[in-house]
Amino acid sequence: MGQAVAEPILTTHALSKSFGALKAVDGVSLSIRKGSITGLIGPNGAGKSTLFNLVTGEIVPGEGRVELLGEDITTLSPDRRFAKGLGRTFQIPRPFKRMSVLENVMLAPLDQSGESLWGSVLGRRNMWRQEAAIRERALEILDFVTLGPLADHPAGKISGGQMKLLELARVLMGNPELILLDEPAAGVNPALTETLIEKIEELNRGGTTFLIIEHDMDFVMRHCDPVIALAEGRVVFEGSAVEAQANTVLLDAYLGAPLDA
Amino acid sequence: MIGVISYLVFFTTVAAILSIAVLGLNLQWGNTGLFNGGVVASFGAGAYGTLILGGAPQESHFGGFGLAYPLALLGGMIFAGLLAWVVGVLTLRLRHDYLAIATFGVAVAFENVARNAIWLTGGAQGVRGFERPLRAELGDGFLYNLIFLVAVLIALWLVFLFLQRLTVSPFGRMLRAIREDETAARSLGKAPDRVRLTAFVTGSVIMGLSGGLYGTFYAFISPQDVLPILTFQIWAMLIVGGAGNNAGAIFGTFLIWGAWTFSGWALARFAPIEAQLYTGSIQFVLIGFVIVGMLLWRPQGLFPERLVVSQPGANRDKPQAEGLT
Repeated sequence: MGQAVAEPILTTHALSKSFGALKAVDGVSLSIRKGSITGLIGPNGAGKSTLFNLVTGEIVPGEGRVELLGEDITTLSPDRRFAKGLGRTFQIPRPFKRMSVLENVMLAPLDQSGESLWGSVLGRRNMWRQEAAIRERALEILDFVTLGPLADHPAGKISGGQMKLLELARVLMGNPELILLDEPAAGVNPALTETLIEKIEELNRGGTTFLIIEHDMDFVMRHCDPVIALAEGRVVFEGSAVEAQANTVLLDAYLGAPLDA
Repeated sequence: MIGVISYLVFFTTVAAILSIAVLGLNLQWGNTGLFNGGVVASFGAGAYGTLILGGAPQESHFGGFGLAYPLALLGGMIFAGLLAWVVGVLTLRLRHDYLAIATFGVAVAFENVARNAIWLTGGAQGVRGFERPLRAELGDGFLYNLIFLVAVLIALWLVFLFLQRLTVSPFGRMLRAIREDETAARSLGKAPDRVRLTAFVTGSVIMGLSGGLYGTFYAFISPQDVLPILTFQIWAMLIVGGAGNNAGAIFGTFLIWGAWTFSGWALARFAPIEAQLYTGSIQFVLIGFVIVGMLLWRPQGLFPERLVVSQPGANRDKPQAEGLT
C-alpha cells in the first residue's frame, strides 16, 4: 500500500466463502484505514457483495476472521456489529415502507428503554423523555440529509434516491465509526448523488470511515481513496485512486472500458 | 325482558373473553407478523392451568390444588407462557406458512393430550371440581353473572390499554420494523429472534388469560373447548376487525361472535329439519367463507391498521401530547 500507515478500523484475515463449488470470496485479507473513504470495485460476480455481507455479518465465513478496531467480530450477528459501530446500507434500499420517514430513523438508536416490554408499558416517563431526545436528533439528522420536509411521509412513498439518503440517516443514528455503502449512486438522480457525496464527505471530515461499493467509476475515482479491486473473489488491486487510474491492466481486464477522466 | 338482559350479559361476557384472545393474536400477527395457527393451545393452557390449579382435589385426575383464584389464573397464564416459550424457541425461525403448520400441530397435540391423558386432565370428561370464585358469597344467579361480566370487561380494558401503550412505544415500532423487513432491522441493531419470541410469549400469555376466564365462566373445560375451530374463529375475528388495530380486533370479535351465535339460532329455527343435524358444519363453512371473503375483498379488515401511529414530526416545537400522559 502506498498510503501513509494509519490505524486500521477494519481488517479481514484470509476471509473465504463458498456457495457450492463457487468460491465467492477467496482468501481476502484487507485492511481499511481509519478515516478513509475506501472504494471497493470489481466486475459483477467479483464477490463484492459477499464480502460486504461477511463484514456486516449477514453471512458466516467458511474460513478467516473479521476484526473491527482490533476486536474479533467474526461470529457476531449483524445487530451486535451495528452496536459495535458498524453501519451499512443496502444495494436495493430497504426502508420500512409502512412507517414514516421519521419513525424509520427513530428506530435505530441503541438501548432505548422503551424497547423492552416492561420499559414500554411501565417506565413511561423515562421512555417519553428519551423519545423526545431521539426525535429531536432524528429530525436533525433528517435535516442534515435534506429529508427534513419528508419526515411524516410514509417511507415507501419517497424516491429511490431519497431512500438511500434515508438509509444513511438511519445508520447515522447509531453513531457508527465505519459505514458500508452498497452502490450509493446506483439509480439515483445526479442531484441527489451530489447531495449524498457532500454528506459523505462532511461526515468523513468528522472522522467517519466509509467503505463503498460502487460501479460508477467516475464516482470512485473522484471520491474514494484508496481503491480496492476484487475479481473472482480475490483482491487484484489495492492502491490509491491515482494508481488505479494508471493501472491499465486493471482497467482493461476488470472494468471493461478505459476511463476518460 | 330479564331473559333478554340475561342473555345479553352472557353474550357480552363470552365475546369480551374472546376479545382478549383476539388481542393476543393481534400482537402476534397484527403487530409482529407471526402466523400462529395454534391459538387454541395457549387458550387451552390457560383454561386447564387455571382450573387444575384452582379446583378442589379430585380422585379422577391430577391437580385440585385449591389455590386462591388469582393465583390459579396467574398460574394458567404462566403455563400458557411457558408452553409458548418452548414452542417459540423451537419454531420461530420458521416463516409464515411453516410457522402456521407447526403451531397448528402443537394445538392438535394439545387437544389430544387433553383428551387422552386422563390422569392429568380428566380426558373427555373434562376438568371437574372447580368452583367459580366468590360463588358462596354471590350465589349462582344473575348478580353473579353481572359482576363476572364487569370483571371480564375490566380485564379486557387492561389488556387493551397494555397493548395500546405497547403499540405506540419504541417496542411497537421495533415490532413493526421487524415485521416489515427483518434484515434491515437487524442491520440497525435490533435482534429479531429475541423480539419475536417476546411478542409470541406475551401474546400467548394474553390468550392464556382469555382461556382462564373462559374456564372460570363455565367452571369447566374439556377437549371440546379446544378444537381447531376456535383458532379459526379467533382468526376470523381478527381479520374482519382489522389486523394491527386493537379496537378493530375487539369490534371484529363482537361482530363475528354475534354472527356465529345468530347463524346457529337462525339455522336451528329456519333450516329444514333434515339440515339441522348439520348446523355446526354449516357454521364452520360460513366461518371459512368469511375468512376467504375478507382476504379477497378487504384484506386490511374493517378497521385497518393505522399506519405511522407514533411520533409525528410536523409540529416540531410542540411537545407530544401523547407523550405527556
